[in-house]
Amino acid sequence: MTLIDTRQPPEQASRKVADYKPSLLQSEEHGLCPGCGEPVAIRVVLEVIEELGLAQNNIAVLGHGCYGGFIMLLDVDSTLCLHGRAPATATGIKRMRPDTAVWTLQGDGDMVNEGLAEILHATARGENITCILLNNGVFGDTGGQMTAASVIGQRTKNSIDGRTADDHGYPIAIAELVASLQGSAYVARCSVHNAASIAQTRRCVRKAFQRQTEGQGLSLVEILTMCPTGWFVAPEAGTDYLMESLGKTYPLGEIKDRAAAPAATAE
Amino acid sequence: MRTVTRGTLVIAEDRCKGCELCIAACPPNVLTMSRTGNRLGYLYPELKPGCTGCTACQQVCPDFVFEVFKFEDPVLFDTPPEGARPCP
Repeated sequence: MTLIDTRQPPEQASRKVADYKPSLLQSEEHGLCPGCGEPVAIRVVLEVIEELGLAQNNIAVLGHGCYGGFIMLLDVDSTLCLHGRAPATATGIKRMRPDTAVWTLQGDGDMVNEGLAEILHATARGENITCILLNNGVFGDTGGQMTAASVIGQRTKNSIDGRTADDHGYPIAIAELVASLQGSAYVARCSVHNAASIAQTRRCVRKAFQRQTEGQGLSLVEILTMCPTGWFVAPEAGTDYLMESLGKTYPLGEIKDRAAAPAATAE
Repeated sequence: MRTVTRGTLVIAEDRCKGCELCIAACPPNVLTMSRTGNRLGYLYPELKPGCTGCTACQQVCPDFVFEVFKFEDPVLFDTPPEGARPCP
């Protein structure tokens, strides 16, 4: 089998089309597990921020989760806050600095379990912030326990035989819940299981930040991510498992876009 | 057999954690896993001729392992046909 030397850049005339990491990340080294979807989602968000010219004018508010490991790597102003309280903290920051793009990064355990009230009230108030939800259906940071967003049948550390409605109730579809409130401007659900879905995620995150710049209200992008460690599957099986479990319960696509609605009626 | 190669990669193999997401993501199917481990003991991807420089591997990689280059002019590689055995 012929293999190409990939230790050095090519000697032939060529141009670099993609770098290792987004420029808003200080280092490539992180401690997240093999096959994790969160670094992929964080890359997309950081690239969009840079592309929109917000690199020097944005503040990140992180909740508690594996992604918290990125706080030392992010080259943006950022703060960690109490469990689930990211939208509340972001509210304060945005009200003091209305010209700054403020975005939150939360997991499903953080947003849907610990901070459900915060995200709903921030939406109801119509706070002009962008919330990014990394939904993998488990508390990945603590070892793969069930969250309120785990889907029926999903195997987690405290539902080894799969989540059942009789024992554990039904999952909360947070994106639909937020979209039903009047204060939300843009709500979308995306995924990072392949290159096409990552491109779609990029478009949705871009729109979410644009709605904030326009002052339309709260924008939420739910990104389904892989957590093979928390799901007890092999890293390479994470993408298939994601679409078989979470992907079947939570349909992908734009759920609400306030800017698009008047244009649609005008046509 | 001649394989047209329009792009190439620089692979930071010591950073790879061997999740194999890039193998499934590669449209021309030119990535393959190594047989020996890297610094961390994980198998890492290796590149066969035929890369198009589409950046799919770079986008799906959680460990920021790939840097993608596109050749100004396509490069031709002479490769044995699939399944051909080397002479003993």
